[in-house]
Amino acid sequence: MTNRYPDPQRNHGLAAIDAVTGILVILLVVQIWVLSATLDTFLAGHAETALPAAAVSGLLCLTCFALYRFVRRVDRNVRSGR
Amino acid sequence: MDDNSSLTSGAANQSVPLWRDEFSVSQSGERYVNRRQLAKFLTLTSLGMFAGNVWVVVRSWFRKTPVYGRTVVARAGEIPVGGVKLFRYPRPGEQCIMVRTSEETYVAYSQKCTHLSCAVFYSRQDNRIECPCHQGYFSVQDGSVLQGPPTRPLPRVVLRREGDELIAIRMEPEI
Repeated sequence: MTNRYPDPQRNHGLAAIDAVTGILVILLVVQIWVLSATLDTFLAGHAETALPAAAVSGLLCLTCFALYRFVRRVDRNVRSGR
Repeated sequence: MDDNSSLTSGAANQSVPLWRDEFSVSQSGERYVNRRQLAKFLTLTSLGMFAGNVWVVVRSWFRKTPVYGRTVVARAGEIPVGGVKLFRYPRPGEQCIMVRTSEETYVAYSQKCTHLSCAVFYSRQDNRIECPCHQGYFSVQDGSVLQGPPTRPLPRVVLRREGDELIAIRMEPEI
């Protein structure tokens, strides 16, 4: 089988993006769980978990944005050949 | 159409077909772009989840604390020991059930089963509150679940005795 990506830098870039995508998926699953648990407790009449859950969700969201910026930087570097 | 295509593409480069000229992204490049787009999609979904959490916070800030009125449910001695009286509290559409468990003890609960809202009834021979729909059983002492699909206890109506009158003053937990 021939190597479809002969450029090693490109291969590294793809591997990095794959790894980051995996981490993003994990973070998103955690965020979905946090949201569903918060909704569950809120609808059961308990609002005290809403604020900590929002803080955790915000932190996860910021992490996702940081990872996305990393993906863009890797992509840009590989495309420009740096 | 083929003639036109060959004319336009042929003017630029004879070896490059028209479709490649117009769709200049290679397959490997397309895969690369798709991964970046997937990362972008996941990040925006994450933002959506965060927005959902913020919405819950905002809703909890503007949540109104229920105000319960006082409703005279019955007069003491009006029902016999083991007897039942139905009443509506805190709103006209909310049916509740009061049971006299002993000479001096009265308990009252919402009549809506916490599973699927069927009307529960008091079983005197088993001394428990039962839901006929899915055989959910609740303790008559505190409304806790004894058996069946319900996972939450029956909301309790807090009663106060004032002279000869039994008065409903609030629900626990708040509904």
